[in-house]
Amino acid sequence: MSALLSVSDLRVEFPVGGLMARLRGAATRIEGVAGVSFDIGRGETFALVGESGSGKTTLARALNGLQRVASGSIRFDGQEISTLGRAALKDVRRRMPMMFQDPVGSLSPRLDIRALLAEPFRIHGMSNRDLDAEVRRLLALVGLPADFASRYPHQLSGGQARRVGVARAIALDPELVIADEPTAGLDVSVQGEVLNLMNDLRDRLGLSMLIITHNLHVVRQIADRTAVMYLGRFVEHGQTEAIFTLPHHPYTAALLSANPEPDPDRVHDRIKLPPEVPSVLARPKGCEFHTRCPFAQADCAVLAPDARQIGSDVLTCHHPLNVPAPAGMET
Amino acid sequence: MGGAPTLQIDGLSVSFATEAGTLQALKDVSFTVPQGRITGIVGESGCGKSTLINSILGLLADNGSVTGGVIRLEGKEDLTRLGAREMRALRGERISTVFQDPMGALNPVLSVGRQMRDIQYRSNLSRREKDARSVAMLRQVRIPDPEKRLTQYPHEFSGGMKQRVAIAMALMMRPALLIADEPTTALDATLEVATIELMKDLQREIGCAVLFISHHLGVIAELCDEMIVMYAGEVVERGSVRQIFKGARHPYTQALLECDPARLHERVKHLPTIPGTLPDLKNRSAGCIFRDRCAKAGPECTTTPPDVELAPGHVARCWFAKEAAE
Repeated sequence: MSALLSVSDLRVEFPVGGLMARLRGAATRIEGVAGVSFDIGRGETFALVGESGSGKTTLARALNGLQRVASGSIRFDGQEISTLGRAALKDVRRRMPMMFQDPVGSLSPRLDIRALLAEPFRIHGMSNRDLDAEVRRLLALVGLPADFASRYPHQLSGGQARRVGVARAIALDPELVIADEPTAGLDVSVQGEVLNLMNDLRDRLGLSMLIITHNLHVVRQIADRTAVMYLGRFVEHGQTEAIFTLPHHPYTAALLSANPEPDPDRVHDRIKLPPEVPSVLARPKGCEFHTRCPFAQADCAVLAPDARQIGSDVLTCHHPLNVPAPAGMET
Repeated sequence: MGGAPTLQIDGLSVSFATEAGTLQALKDVSFTVPQGRITGIVGESGCGKSTLINSILGLLADNGSVTGGVIRLEGKEDLTRLGAREMRALRGERISTVFQDPMGALNPVLSVGRQMRDIQYRSNLSRREKDARSVAMLRQVRIPDPEKRLTQYPHEFSGGMKQRVAIAMALMMRPALLIADEPTTALDATLEVATIELMKDLQREIGCAVLFISHHLGVIAELCDEMIVMYAGEVVERGSVRQIFKGARHPYTQALLECDPARLHERVKHLPTIPGTLPDLKNRSAGCIFRDRCAKAGPECTTTPPDVELAPGHVARCWFAKEAAE
């Protein structure tokens, strides 16, 4: 087994409510990430999809030590990192940097691009390198002209700022890049450029990537494997192509069938879900998706489904879709 | 039916005074939003969508000014000539807006009921009657148990529900025009589709015209009747959704549609993009704004292209618009 990142039963909790709530005996903590396990192999791209609030960003922040882990394990290159202190985490973050959501907002407005690109080297005590040369190398790597070094973030377009974000992330030869919504807010043509760049860099530098997005078209173009999150848990994960071709969990199937397509004549055969998303403050009993699931049966409201495997897919559902009739069953 | 379109914009130009010189953000923009229809606007960031909305709402920044053109609401007043007080009377009443981030539209420390009552401040109804209208409106946007919901705060609503509350508030005063600025961007695909369907139903029930801004082409195709395509502050093409998605004639529109990964049903090595970058709006050169990035560009393109009407309602600003058909 040569997984670069290996996460098992990871939980992240947030305190909620005040003293009164506690005296009433109400819940005092909610689980933002509620027991998630997965591996990312070397050179592999793994995508997290799910709606806003499903725990994608919290999970990513926990991996990077930006969010305290309540329980579970995170192993990076064989080393347990969920319990590391600040100093040791710094080295982990060098090898596993994060690209934050807002392309312009994640760059300091008071630093020019040269300073922004030199910053990772300074933080990690590598200022003795020829920083000007590094800046030139990075700009070239992400396809920006060398004279951009003297510009400030507000002078860049969203796509250009995103390229600077990519350059910062890859500055110190990382092994795994965590990208939170790398294409959100970018237009389709610029989105294509950024994805092409990331795909290209991954191949050239042998990177692993964890991509968070709610754009399913992006997932299909970039991810080897995909996990679908709902209320802080994975409801289904496996090979991207297999999931897109034959989703087994009803939520995955609904997401894929919902996806609007640029064709006004297209007739949609959609799985409709009631839009009332439950809150993590009051998780439904049994299968947590049963309140919205059009295929739910009596047992779904009572019993939480265990993880099961169908092909390359791991999912939590009592009554998965698109399952071939079991072999050996005679009629 | 008949009557004037809900919104008619003719030859609108808007400039901003910046330290580095005058930036022309909109140039000769013309289109109409017919009564009871949904019109979509697509275009990349920086194409002038926000400037256009702010011009309609009378909310341009201090350094921005309308340098030409007319914005007519329901065939009556020219909005570019109204003063701040008159515009304030229009906003929320005859034109209302839904923004991308519903949390930003709602006040986190006031109950939803209080906020819905507050936006009816111009009405003479009693508090109880106002609350009854709020409940009716929440029911109309399919929020279950609306009476109880009035006492709750925004954080007690999920993202999709908050957006529906924002839509309810925008439609409260039965506006003639609803401007929706990327209202589904923060939602997952199932909620996005639910929101689109809700907006379609509400538009039918209330009968207002909708101007819907999105860079999600699939959403535009599904929701809108008409659409306009903007590039660098100009409307390069407009027409019905079918005319554009099935027979785009402007090279920019064609390239934009080509880039949408939703068109690709399998993984490709290299995603299509539009080579080149947006032109500098501070030094607009004469001629076609897209010519530096256009594969078809020829000598004609150094002079400003005409708005060519290709079919009723289908207009492209390109010298070669007619040829592209053959």
